[in-house]
Amino acid sequence: MKKCILIDDDASARLIIQQLIIKTENLEIVGEFENAIEAIKYLNENTVDVIFLDIHMPTFSGFDFIKTLKTPPNIILVTSDRNFALDAFEYNCVVDYLVKPIAYERFQKALNKLASVKIKPEVSKENTNSKTEDKLYVNIDRRLVKIHIPDIYLIEAKGDYINIKTEGKNYIVHSTLKKIENKLPEEIFIKVHRSFIINFNKIIDIEDNSVLIKQDIIPVSRSNRSELMRRLNLL
Amino acid sequence: MSDPNLNYIKELSGGDVEFEKKIVTILKEELPVEIHAYFKHFRNQDFIKTAEIVHKIKHKISILGLEKGCQIANLYEQKLREEKTEGNQRFEILLEQMTLFLKKVTL
Repeated sequence: MKKCILIDDDASARLIIQQLIIKTENLEIVGEFENAIEAIKYLNENTVDVIFLDIHMPTFSGFDFIKTLKTPPNIILVTSDRNFALDAFEYNCVVDYLVKPIAYERFQKALNKLASVKIKPEVSKENTNSKTEDKLYVNIDRRLVKIHIPDIYLIEAKGDYINIKTEGKNYIVHSTLKKIENKLPEEIFIKVHRSFIINFNKIIDIEDNSVLIKQDIIPVSRSNRSELMRRLNLL
Repeated sequence: MSDPNLNYIKELSGGDVEFEKKIVTILKEELPVEIHAYFKHFRNQDFIKTAEIVHKIKHKISILGLEKGCQIANLYEQKLREEKTEGNQRFEILLEQMTLFLKKVTL
């Protein structure tokens, strides 16, 4: 029996999927969510085989949600909008794209597609050897200055320079965010905006489109928000 | 244009009256709230929020078998996203039709 969850802000849509699933034999609904955030919390602690996912949801779209999943299960998109079909298949995890109202025959076809999908191989872990160092040397006034990486809480792009802020000192270095990003351990640092990289462990709080880190309020761009949300240990 | 109907719901239910009752109850509860929100956002000229609520209502239009109505809602939603209100009257007639129909439905 495959375990599935439903994510749709519309109660009638969830009820219809339920009804369609009742008629099938090898699917079991283990959760229903009216928004993606609740589903992310659930998936932090549980695994499922299939997600029936609405694309068009307020604040956090279905596509934003997919981007938060490190190893996404198979996803069947359910939407009232035909216009997203091409975008949908850019995600390998998307098995099918159902347009509401869904007829039983079409639903069955989606399940057949699901059955024919091969089990996905585990995503190989990236080689992070180059990022395991906890020290970084930066060139300041022809001196190589050592910075203890875990002390960095914020890096801000400023034209041709970056401002590296640590617990005790700020360093203005002639470099780019892209260059330093490649030197930082990705489990600690996250780019939240084209001009900002933050230390994930130093976040104080997060509000809609910004994070508070030390005394700095840093904007979070829409495209980086889903990755940030994915990494939060949400209760 | 066709009238609102329960054909899709009946087809899906396969005689499951409990399901029919549940879905009609949801439609009866949610549609008035969504219509209220629609007119509020429309009055405030908040095109994005109006388009969002039209999108949400669109699913209910399709559940009630209004195929042509779905096209009307689709076009209207697109117009709203372009900050235009063209098509509002036809959409609002749909809302009236659905409201009247749901008032009459008893299961």
